[in-house]
Amino acid sequence: MHISDWFSRKPKYAVLKPEKREIPEGLWTRCPKCLEILYNKELERNLKVCSKCGYHFKLGAWERIYQLVDDREFYELDENLESVDALPFNDGIYMEKLKEDREKTGLNEAIVTGRGRVEGFETFLGVFDFGFIGGSMASVVGEKVTRLFEYGMRENLPVIIVTATGGARMYEGMLSLMQMAKTNAALNRYRKNGGLFISVLADPSTAGVMASFASQGDVIIAEPGALIGFAGPRVIEQTIKQKLPEGFQSSEFVFQHGMVDMIVERSKLKSTIGRIIRIWKTK
Amino acid sequence: MEDEVRELTPWDKVQLSRHPQRPLTIDYIENLFEDFIELHGDRLYGDDPALIGGIGIFKNRGVVVIGHNKGKNVKENVARNFGMPHPEGYRKALRLMRLAERWHLPVISFIDTPGAYPGIGAEERGQAEAIGRNILEAFEIRTPILVVVIGEGGSGGALGIGVGDRILMLENAIYSVISPEGCAAIIWKDSKQAEKAASALKLTAQDLLRFNIIDEIIPEPPGGAHTDMVSTMRTVEEYISKNLEVICSKDIETLLEERYQKVRKIGIFEEKIGAEGRS
Repeated sequence: MHISDWFSRKPKYAVLKPEKREIPEGLWTRCPKCLEILYNKELERNLKVCSKCGYHFKLGAWERIYQLVDDREFYELDENLESVDALPFNDGIYMEKLKEDREKTGLNEAIVTGRGRVEGFETFLGVFDFGFIGGSMASVVGEKVTRLFEYGMRENLPVIIVTATGGARMYEGMLSLMQMAKTNAALNRYRKNGGLFISVLADPSTAGVMASFASQGDVIIAEPGALIGFAGPRVIEQTIKQKLPEGFQSSEFVFQHGMVDMIVERSKLKSTIGRIIRIWKTK
Repeated sequence: MEDEVRELTPWDKVQLSRHPQRPLTIDYIENLFEDFIELHGDRLYGDDPALIGGIGIFKNRGVVVIGHNKGKNVKENVARNFGMPHPEGYRKALRLMRLAERWHLPVISFIDTPGAYPGIGAEERGQAEAIGRNILEAFEIRTPILVVVIGEGGSGGALGIGVGDRILMLENAIYSVISPEGCAAIIWKDSKQAEKAASALKLTAQDLLRFNIIDEIIPEPPGGAHTDMVSTMRTVEEYISKNLEVICSKDIETLLEERYQKVRKIGIFEEKIGAEGRS
């Protein structure tokens, strides 16, 4: 087995990475939904939710982490795992894509995992970043998620994963697909040991990641207005040769169909997670 | 003229895996199992003809069989939704795996699907949840599971019944994270580049054996499985028999541990050791 022992490592004391992700430039941002012009500082204060229509902007992994953990303290784990062109996929285009998205997001991979407190409770937290190859899961993401469940099991701590993903990553072929099995195998053991897994579905959460651990949370929370499902809407439209109804595969749609426990606004996400952990902790 | 036969490209194999005459799950069931009794329904919503299942006898041993099933012609294909299951199919498969567990029978799972169906009803009834749950629970099914990829292994729709103790794959079958056409459409914005994508994706049995994703390749007759059904059936029977012996002779705790470790090891990456980024 290939488990890095995070104990043996020196914790990275709140080495909070600078926010390399581009915040919309300038002072103002237009809400893509209601077209309201929003003052950036105000938008930040409002956790990147439109104050007029409630539209939830996509968040970078670190933005999300800062919103969830106490005192902005987060100890990143397994940041030293790096993707390689394992197949290799058609003359290096994968490595180019990785390089491009590393520069674009300032991240090493499509998920950041680590340990932090939420509402006073120690947790293991993983956050996907859709900006990094569509938040896709390949070997590194699968390994980091798997380890997160293993750490959670060892420490008897909750695991929280926020997804924003288009599914398994093509560039690592079947190695990516098999991460669905690997992560779920680890989740299975974690659950059997009484673990608490909170799956938070941000926009979008689809395909291979949804068809593995993300749909199997003990508690599943959706952010308002997220796209959630198995197949992407374009694929469905091409298959059935008709237009999809308004709101199909939205958070509200999957809630109605019993796939998620609740839809929680961003301003209440942290406190909701805290309330769930508090009850679980009394066991 | 053996030496004139060129080696098949990945794209050739994609074509062979989808060949209209290629043996289907139903053919293996008819030829390899004695007294197969089909069982229907997921007990929740409906029955899915794209994923069939039941009980039967394989060489004097009771077994549970599940498998995607395409049709032999257009009419059958429409009825069977081209082997693309809805959530009901996956839930039926899980129900039958649980039945196998209670009866202490091994499960044999045949994979042959373009993928799980992308449709309105499938989404409404939780396609992702159904596949995710099957994968999750397969790791706790306390009975041996043998998986045989006979044709197309289409992504999550294949993996939904694809977790097991031994994964066998026919020589010209494919197993891929995305269809070559889908991949080409995303990367090169042109589904006609599918041939290039088929090579890039490393979706052949030979590739997957190299990555330890499958355990063994079942050889096919020279022109492909459909050119000599008798020989194909005989070979597949022999490989199933041999592998079933192995997994049925192990105690269940060992089997579950090995099932876990097999996937736990999958993934290729670099783990940089050193002070980089460390405070």
